[in-house]
Amino acid sequence: MKKTGAQIICESLIAEGVDVMFGFPGGVLLPFYDTLPQYPQIRHILTRHEQGAAHAADGYARATGRVGVCMATSGPGATNLVTGIANAYLDSVPIVALTGQVARPFIGKDAFQEIDITGITLPITKHSYVAMDAGSLAGIFKEAFYLARTGRPGPVLIDLPKDVMQEEAEYKYPEKIDIPGYKIPTRGHPTQLKNAAKLINESKNPVIVAGRGVIISGASDELKQFAETAQIPVITTLLGIGCFPEDHVLSYGMAGMHGSGFANKALDSTDLLIAIGMRFDDRVTGNINGFAPHAKVIHIDLDPAEIGKNVSVTVPIVGDVKAVLQALQKLIETKEHVDWIQQIEEWRKQHPMMDVYDGAGLLPQYIIDQLYEATHGESITVTGVGQHQMWAAQHYLHREPGHFISSGGLGTMGFGLPAAMGAKVGCPDKTVWLIDGDGSLQMTIQELGTLVQDKIAVKIAVMNNGYLGMVRQWQDLFYEKRYVATPLSGPDFVKVAEAYGIPGVRVTSREDVLGAIQKAMDYDGPFLIDFMIEPEENVFPMVPPGAANIEFIEQPKKEVSTWPRTSTP
Amino acid sequence: MATNKHTIVAIVQDRPGVLNRMVSLFRRRGFNIESIAVGHSEEPHLSRVTIVVNGSNAMVEQVRKQLDKLVDLVRVSDITGDKITTRELAMVKVKANSATRSEIIEIADIFRANIVDVASDTLTIEITGDEDKINSMLQLLRGFGIREIARTGRIAMVRGTIGASAAQPKAARSRSKK
Repeated sequence: MKKTGAQIICESLIAEGVDVMFGFPGGVLLPFYDTLPQYPQIRHILTRHEQGAAHAADGYARATGRVGVCMATSGPGATNLVTGIANAYLDSVPIVALTGQVARPFIGKDAFQEIDITGITLPITKHSYVAMDAGSLAGIFKEAFYLARTGRPGPVLIDLPKDVMQEEAEYKYPEKIDIPGYKIPTRGHPTQLKNAAKLINESKNPVIVAGRGVIISGASDELKQFAETAQIPVITTLLGIGCFPEDHVLSYGMAGMHGSGFANKALDSTDLLIAIGMRFDDRVTGNINGFAPHAKVIHIDLDPAEIGKNVSVTVPIVGDVKAVLQALQKLIETKEHVDWIQQIEEWRKQHPMMDVYDGAGLLPQYIIDQLYEATHGESITVTGVGQHQMWAAQHYLHREPGHFISSGGLGTMGFGLPAAMGAKVGCPDKTVWLIDGDGSLQMTIQELGTLVQDKIAVKIAVMNNGYLGMVRQWQDLFYEKRYVATPLSGPDFVKVAEAYGIPGVRVTSREDVLGAIQKAMDYDGPFLIDFMIEPEENVFPMVPPGAANIEFIEQPKKEVSTWPRTSTP
Repeated sequence: MATNKHTIVAIVQDRPGVLNRMVSLFRRRGFNIESIAVGHSEEPHLSRVTIVVNGSNAMVEQVRKQLDKLVDLVRVSDITGDKITTRELAMVKVKANSATRSEIIEIADIFRANIVDVASDTLTIEITGDEDKINSMLQLLRGFGIREIARTGRIAMVRGTIGASAAQPKAARSRSKK
């Protein structure tokens, strides 16, 4: 049956199971938007800025494990997607970005709002297409969704010239895919699996560092079984948070620049580092020469290009994390590692994650602790980028994959609000908390309008310190407190929220924290809490840039209580 | 880090932008591509690209792995360590007059090069061979005055039955990588 290009796009989206997309219209997209009402199965959420659409698709994808879809018009619409696409690329998030393009006869003529978006996004997409005729659309969509979600996931962009959407073509959604150059490694090589098992069985002080690859692969259960069988302590990367229950006795939090002291100590002493679905980012390794200096390294990753990129590897295993862990499970012996675990527990006592409860003002760590208690650790927490992000990573214990959503590789300020929006749309039955900073939030604050218009009940906790806090912290520690361009005179966030139609409260003292959180949770809809936190509170521990992980700086001694909590709710 | 010359052969789909995607991966890592030669392969819709770059083994291996991830790229191998035959074609326009013409023709003969164009004050010579051979001839011709040089860049083929043919499956080849 003949259909217009715009209809084929909608049919293809439905064939891929898309029921929601985030977009912003424009001149060349009118054929699409005019067709959209014929397909009520597709919910379209109008964001206030295209960057919001891209981050929302990203947050949706991370929370649901499905492909997120965003759309923007040609020219500035398309370029506004770029940050969001780059963010998804660096964190391996499956999104399909659709961009309008000027009609074919105008391409290459610097027409109004024409931009070479496939050229611009070449290094930040897994693949991209320019659909040059309506007949090719169905095949392109099939391939694009397949590429986005399989293997190492990532963003795929489809550029759609206006007249292609108006042209008619025969529509049949292809069943098969044939991409000769695209191969997904599945199980690890048997010899390497054997070699790895031997190292694991012989190791005295093994450590697992688990990353987002575990979440992507859906291998949390396998990881748990593996760690429990061999009694191996589990440390995660920032993006690995949630892949292993953080209240588990073998969980030792996060490694790296703001990782726990005991995790970094364990990495410094381990004789066997088992890296699973992680890529040795410099924020994880610190100075690479001082990273796990005594360890043999087993690296399990789907992407062969990650093996040996930053760290030389003793046993490389290229394969899907889930399949590899299942295979390894059959080869490893039951172990105890009593002395080793005791040693790390000892380090935990010496270098606790500190919660400074007394003698100070309103501390962000305290707020996040309270948030954790009030939500029973079951909320999806989404963050922006900065100090609040690290406090959230350190103090909210996540038990399930997809429940901590944060911009890792690109470190995109402004990611939080739109990503939280996407997560809530994808998981309407879950409580979604956005923990954001006053700086980060202001980068995409216009999406408050989207929350209201589309009734997206995101709860917002602003850690408001009147600074670009993380940069200020570096100025504090490494630039003799010269706070250049970091003081931030924020707006009254409660009033801003109110102007958008979102209720909110300001909290200035510890006594009011829990009440405000409760109020937010009881309210049926989006809610904002403006927490006026200690302006110069720093994130600790911290590995100074360029230093080895073992050279972490600890919180100056104050009133101390240990982490994690003695009881879990 | 020690660098050396690498010859990389890739089989790619004939699609717009594929060369752009490949070259961009080299650019990002600061490689200066010494030569790149593209043409049809033995399979329809597939092209063969030969790239010569200078770089450390680790850096080139990283780029090779990144190239391998390109969706439009079917296969890629670094054949530097293999037994290979390499060829390049060059055309050289040399200043020539009645006094020097025969001497130039003699040099061309020694290198089994062909004279492809004769004008009153120039000779155009076509030569095929590896880079050393071409460079040697150019060296000898320099004294006469070279007006123009056009070189195709290296193409290469592994000797014997195993090669980088388009038909060979991707997985089999990636295991053979060092």
